[in-house]
Parts: sequence; C-alpha cells; structure tokens
Amino acid sequence: MARYLATRAWQSLLTLVLAAVVVFLGIRALPGDPALALAGEDRSPEALAAIRSEYGLDQSLPVQFWQYVTRMVRGDLGTSIRTGEPVSEMLRTALPVTLELSLLAIVIATLLGVLAGVVAAVRRGRPEEWVANGLALVGLSVPHFWLGLVAILYLAVATNLFPASGFVPLAEDPVANLHHLVLPSVILGTGLAAVIMRQTRSSMLDALSADYVRTAEAKGLRPRVVVTRHALRNSLIVVVTIVGLQLGALISGAVVTEQIFTLPGFGKLTIDAVFQRDYPVIQAVVLVTATSYIVINFAVDLLYSVIDPRVRVAGEAA
Amino acid sequence: MSVDPVLSEAPARPDGPDHASGSAAGPRRRVVRRLLHNPLAVASGLVLVVAVLVGVLAPVLAPYTAEATDFGATLAPPGTPGHLLGTDDLGRDVLSRILLGMRASLLVAVLAVVTAIGVGVPLGLVAGYFRAVDGVISRLTDLMLAFPFLILAVGLAAVRGASLGNAAIAIGIAQVPGIIRVVRSDTLRLKSLDFVAAAVVDGASDLWVLLRHVLPNATSVVLVQATVAVPAAILGEAVLSFLGLGIQPPAPSLGTMLAAAQPFAARAPWNAVMPGLAIMLLALSFNVFGDSLRDALDPRGSRR
Repeated sequence: MARYLATRAWQSLLTLVLAAVVVFLGIRALPGDPALALAGEDRSPEALAAIRSEYGLDQSLPVQFWQYVTRMVRGDLGTSIRTGEPVSEMLRTALPVTLELSLLAIVIATLLGVLAGVVAAVRRGRPEEWVANGLALVGLSVPHFWLGLVAILYLAVATNLFPASGFVPLAEDPVANLHHLVLPSVILGTGLAAVIMRQTRSSMLDALSADYVRTAEAKGLRPRVVVTRHALRNSLIVVVTIVGLQLGALISGAVVTEQIFTLPGFGKLTIDAVFQRDYPVIQAVVLVTATSYIVINFAVDLLYSVIDPRVRVAGEAA
Repeated sequence: MSVDPVLSEAPARPDGPDHASGSAAGPRRRVVRRLLHNPLAVASGLVLVVAVLVGVLAPVLAPYTAEATDFGATLAPPGTPGHLLGTDDLGRDVLSRILLGMRASLLVAVLAVVTAIGVGVPLGLVAGYFRAVDGVISRLTDLMLAFPFLILAVGLAAVRGASLGNAAIAIGIAQVPGIIRVVRSDTLRLKSLDFVAAAVVDGASDLWVLLRHVLPNATSVVLVQATVAVPAAILGEAVLSFLGLGIQPPAPSLGTMLAAAQPFAARAPWNAVMPGLAIMLLALSFNVFGDSLRDALDPRGSRR
C-alpha cells in the first residue's frame, strides 16, 4: 500500500513538473517578444526592460524556469495586463463560482446517472431499459451549450421560472444563489450523467450475473436488497473513478456553461483573457487547471485504492 | 487510471486473433451480418452515409453560398419562399449555412481523429509491446490528460491564433490518451497469445510482429474508439467555434451559427435551435452506430 502510494505520488509530481514545463515553454512560444506581449499597451523601452528583469527574461532558460516555478509555488501568478489586479486575486473570486457549479453538476449527474443505470440493468430488455439507453445516447450527443441556449430561451425568458443569467454569491443569499445555479448545473450535469449511466449499467450487468449475487438470491434475500446492497455497492466504485476521469470534460463544460449563463467564474475569466490577450491570466488558468486535474486524480486514485484493494495489488504489480 | 476525459467507455472486447490477413474474412463477415440484422445500426449507418454525402456535396447542394446576404430578408422564419429554413440576422440562408457547417464539422472531426489515431496508435503499440518505454508513454498520457481540450484550445489560440486547424489539433491531442489506452491494452493482450509467440520464435523482428500481427488485430478496438471519438470531436468543434476559439466567422460552422443567433434568440428562435439539432443528429448517428459496432464486434454476441 505504502509503495503504491509512493509510486502514484511520484508519478503525479513528475506530471506536475512536466505540465509546468509545457506552460513555461508555451509562454516562450508566444508570437514575438514575450515582453511585448506581457507589456500590453505600455510598450516604451523602459517598460519593456522592467518587464524583462521582472520576469527574468534576460536570464538563461533553466534559471528562468526555476524563477518561474518558485514564483508559482509562492502563489505569485503575476498581474493581469487588462485590470492590473493580481491574477491570484482574480482566481480567488472566480474559482468558488466554478467549484459550486461543478459540485452541483456532479451531484445531479450522479443521482440521475446511477438511477438510470440501475433501472436499465435491472429492467433489461424492457421499455425502461430502452428509454434509459436512449436518454443516455442523447445526453452524449447533445451539445450541452446549445441545450443551455434552448433552456434560457424556453424556460428562463419565456416562463421566468429561472433567471437567464447572472450570479448571487452563496454567502449573500443562498436561495437566490441556488436559483441562479439550477439551470446551469442541470445543463452541465447532462453529459456527465450519460457517461455515469452507461458505466453504471455496464457494471451492474456484470455484477448481476456474478456468483455473489446468485448466492445472495439463493439464500432468499429480497430482490431490492440484492440490487442495492450487493450489486450496486460493487458498481459504485466505478462511479467514483468516472467522476475523476471526467474532470477534464467537466472543466471544459463549465467554461462554456459559464459563458452562456454569464456566471463570473473560471470559464468566463478564461475566455475573456483569450480575447483580451491577457497572457498572465491565460498562463495561470492553464497551469491551475492542469494542477487541479493532477491533484484531484491523485486523490481519486487514493480513494479508489482504499475502496477496492484489488487496485492496490494491480498497481504494485505494474 | 489514464482515460481520455471524453472517451471513458469500457473498451470493447474484440474478436479473437484473426492471425495475419487471410482468415480475417470470416469474423469480418459475421460483424457485417450482425450489423445488418440490427435495425438501429442500419438506420444510424444510413444517416451517417447521407451526412457524409451532404458534407462532401454541400457546396453543390446548398441553394446559396455561405456568405450571400439578403438584407431585404433578415431573420426570415422557416418556410419563407426561397429560404426553406429561414435566414439569419444578415439575411444569410440558414439551410445553406447548416449544410456547409456540417461539412466543416465533419472536416474538423476527421482531422482531429486522424491526428489522434496517427499519434495514439504508434504510441499505444510501442507502450504495450516494449515494457521499457511503457512508463515514459504513461507519463506522457497523464500529461496530455492534465490539459482538457478546451484549456488546450485556449493555449493554442493564445499562441497560434484561433482557427479550424488549431481547433482540430486541440481536439485531436485531447483524444490521443484514449487511443493510446485501448491500443496499449489490446497490444498487451495480443502479445500474450500463442500466434505472436510463434512469430517471435520463428525469428520475426519486433517491427514485423507489431505491424503484421499486432496492428491488424488491434484495428477493431481502434475502429470502436474512433466511432466514439468522432462525435466527441463534432461536439468539441461546435463548442470551440461557439466560443470563438475555432472556425472564425464569417466561415460557416454550426458553432459560430449558434453564437451569432444568441443575441437574436428571442426574436428568431429557429436560428438558435436548428444548428443545434444538426449537431445532435450528426453526433447521435455516430454514437448509435458506434454502439452497434461495439456490440457486433463483441465475441460474446449478446447485446449489452
């Protein structure tokens, strides 16, 4: 177990360093002089020289990389060209919005996905299975940002049931906060729900034909108990990993969803930064995403190996 | 635990070894027969054929060019004479732009998936066959996964500018890990089978074994993975173009059409609805066909 953890920790750290190298080299690949790009409007020679020495652009590449990494570790992500605000400060206001949106989406997707997956597996070959399968296929195929547009059009604007855009912080007014996030999180959750449904169904089908389920049935347990206590419990392990693996898709999805519902989160920050050529912000966004992806997947791996000892064994053998 | 974020379905279990060419006709015919007996497979296959034809012939089929504007008839509703699906805010024919947009979607999807296969298949083969490089390629996969396609596209757009090609590269790179994973695990499986051992004993070189024995038998998993990757790429292109990170207006794209329709959505909802339906129809037919193909390739034969 300790050895597995150490291997995974080392691998994650290595990936993290490589990701930092990629982002670092990416900035150097910007067209033209990075100092010019970082300078924004003020392009006087003095300003450029100041930027060069501030970012250490007059040093050798390895030295630059080391300075870059130490700055990042200290939480110094630079200053936005457009607003002059520290990038870390901008992230601090934007991230909670995205985090709340993503967590709500995960909860909705898990509830819907597991329920539909169990129904499809238990009611195999009946209309319920076809409905669940069909919904999952549509969920995988529908562009969810479009679903968001249609929802705004027909649910928010036409009926006024939900606000079409905007955001109220949780601390300010929890009810209004949830009201603003219902539509976006349902929309963001649809794609994830479809993936969770298909995996749940597939592992439930495996579980339902396994010996331990037959044993449970043979000793006279009620079907409901067999399904929930035996088959589902074993299948749920899959759901934990799926959420971890779908994190990248979830981040991408959150960016678009925020754009459509004009939520002031990480996604809006990202897209605004691209169009304003706010390179320090872009760099921070890419780095923060990669870091959180690596850290969360490491955490999911740990969680997974705690739930299912077989993973540990396989991990050590590999 | 390295799976492409967009492609995490369980890999299909392919047919047993066909050995080198020759005897492959049997299982292949069985797969085709199974597909033809599945009404969903036939229906989605037909839609796909039509969609691809529309994509190829779009410039001929479209009643107008993508950029032809008619300022006398802006935001015309569907059914307007001369404009079957209406017009947009600049008076451009929606039907023509949808047809040409589908062509762009398919082009990006094909470019992305070809990139993903071109990079992923060799890496997957090598990772599965040579234990020494497996670790390196696994770290590379982890690294690619750490950059979700949208973030990758953001980075590419910042460095190289937003374009159709860069969108395809971002989507393709994001799909590489999924391809590596299925090809690697299939190579590991095939490597342990007798016919590969026999070839090695026979004195075949590693390259020969990989290209002649492993690769042909791994095509079915690549095929199944590709049928999942294409619809994901179609959705990816729509997202990127919608955000302005992909195909640039005024070039027709289903994503840019939705972006352009957004401000007028309350007045002309059809403009915001129809491109989305086109995207869904494309993605859905690929997904349904991919499912059918996966079932048909499953040696256990049962639908699951």
